[in-house]
Amino acid sequence: MTEFILETRALTKHYAGVHALTDASFTLRRGEHVAIMGDNGAGKSTFVRQITGVEPPTRGQIIFDGVEHTFNSPIEAREAGIETVFQTLALADDLDVPSNLFLGREKIRFNLGPFSILDKKAMREATLAALQKTGVKIPNLMNTIRNMSGGQRQCVAIARTAAFKSKLVIMDEPTAALGVQETAQVENIIRTLKEAGEPLILVSHNMRQVFDLVDRIVVFRRGRIVANLRKEDTDGQDVVAYITGAKTGAEFAGAA
Amino acid sequence: MANSTHGLGGLTYDPKKRTRAPELNVLAALILIIVAFEVLGRVFIGDSFLFNTRDNVDTLFNEQRLQIIILQVAIVGIIALGVTQVIITGGIDLSSGSIVGVTAMITMSFAQVAMVNGNPNPKAIFGPEWMDLPVIVPLAVGLACGLLAGLINGWLIAYTRIPPFIATLGMMVAARGAAKWWSKGNPISFPTESYAAIGKGMMPVVIFVVLAVLFHLIMTQTKYGRHCYAIGSNEAAARMSGINVDGHKVLVYTIAGALASLAAIVLSSKNLTAQAGMGVMYELDAIAMAVIGGISLQGGRGSIIGTCLGALIFGVIISGFTFLKLDAYYQEMVKGGIIVGAVVLDQWRQGKRGRG
Repeated sequence: MTEFILETRALTKHYAGVHALTDASFTLRRGEHVAIMGDNGAGKSTFVRQITGVEPPTRGQIIFDGVEHTFNSPIEAREAGIETVFQTLALADDLDVPSNLFLGREKIRFNLGPFSILDKKAMREATLAALQKTGVKIPNLMNTIRNMSGGQRQCVAIARTAAFKSKLVIMDEPTAALGVQETAQVENIIRTLKEAGEPLILVSHNMRQVFDLVDRIVVFRRGRIVANLRKEDTDGQDVVAYITGAKTGAEFAGAA
Repeated sequence: MANSTHGLGGLTYDPKKRTRAPELNVLAALILIIVAFEVLGRVFIGDSFLFNTRDNVDTLFNEQRLQIIILQVAIVGIIALGVTQVIITGGIDLSSGSIVGVTAMITMSFAQVAMVNGNPNPKAIFGPEWMDLPVIVPLAVGLACGLLAGLINGWLIAYTRIPPFIATLGMMVAARGAAKWWSKGNPISFPTESYAAIGKGMMPVVIFVVLAVLFHLIMTQTKYGRHCYAIGSNEAAARMSGINVDGHKVLVYTIAGALASLAAIVLSSKNLTAQAGMGVMYELDAIAMAVIGGISLQGGRGSIIGTCLGALIFGVIISGFTFLKLDAYYQEMVKGGIIVGAVVLDQWRQGKRGRG
């Protein structure tokens, strides 16, 4: 077993001449929670898209759980054990909670190809277990997602990651559209993941949230990683200085 | 564990506040319409719509009228089952009426008898070696026609990414052309006895009910059904979740084509003849049944039960107009109004829910 659950080496993405991401070398230890910060267009989302298989990188390596991977689709990344909560919720509004949790990987009773019979009971029970594990509050499981609040929907999306044995959870601004109470609920889920020893990459603009939740902060600026800070060694002002470009980490000198 | 009133995390909800199944609204509408015809009948023509008023028959209900109602909608109802699945995935199928036409023509050609009353079949399409075939041959040929047409629809929609409206509009025109070309516009008649038995008497109703139960189970209990709703609800999410959206679409349109061809077989068997104009406007009647039955044209919502109730409403209205001795012209005008009304109602319901 390697020390790192995820390692990227010189990960680079160019879009028709635009250098969205340049030589991003990043590591994540098992059980570690890391925040990715940076201004809009700094390369955070591009970085997430490369490691979750949404887009193929221009060059560079992704080593996940000790094995080098080339993900051709989010499904391949998910099968390897990377669960992502995307900024745009990947939920079907007209389906209930268990159906959404198991969308695309339903439990079945009889295998009849596309007409396989669903095992609704097993999915309902696994859903209950996953929601309890993450402490999600949902009034009625059999309601469609459409009738739920933004926070409840986000919780369902996050609980999806808990329903399967994921090795790494990535959340892209999970509380951007949520109210105060709903944000607290999502943050509680992140704490339970920490206690369970599950590694997490959190993309966030919320300084308070980042300092509350993670062990380490990685700052992106203009497509490059410019700082790698342990929470104890830094503060909000310091991080802002890296984000805006007033400071650049010693080991990244010359990068930006 | 959560029970019926206590949700997870200590949250509670009132079971009475749960959203009512939309099928119940459709059922209420069906009952309301029947009552309306009953009242109108008693007031204006002094007859009962629902109950038996003849002295020589000893039944409570007017069974003859009820039979006609379900027989009238059974064949288009078979098409509506396929159209329902297409609409739930967020698509539309305008080609089913024309698929009925072309399938009826081709199928009937393989179901002919060689001799009619001692004379050679006057409507013969093929030579005698292709006549008096076992019933399985026309059945297989007919089903193959529908499968092929549906497969082309689905392939066009999934892989060329043209809107379903355009792809199936093209199929609608092309298949009607093929139906006319097949026998140069001549009707095809005199099927074998075994072929004629398929649509005899109440058989169309039996076939419709069996198919309705089958597809109700498929839509509610299988992965296929679940994926139909998921794709209609949020296609991007379905794709991201690893569902083979393109393959699923091909399958859905192929099934819709197969059901249209089954309707063609039943219809041509019932009528003992096939004409190039068979099934004209059936696609719109089938869509109307689905829409009246609460299938949302935006996709993701509706059920086979809803479509069956929608079909019944459709049949009751047609039968009710005949019963009230109203002109057929009014029937079509009112039918048009009801289709638009059902869609307006769906939009309004959605808007209300979105704000809530």
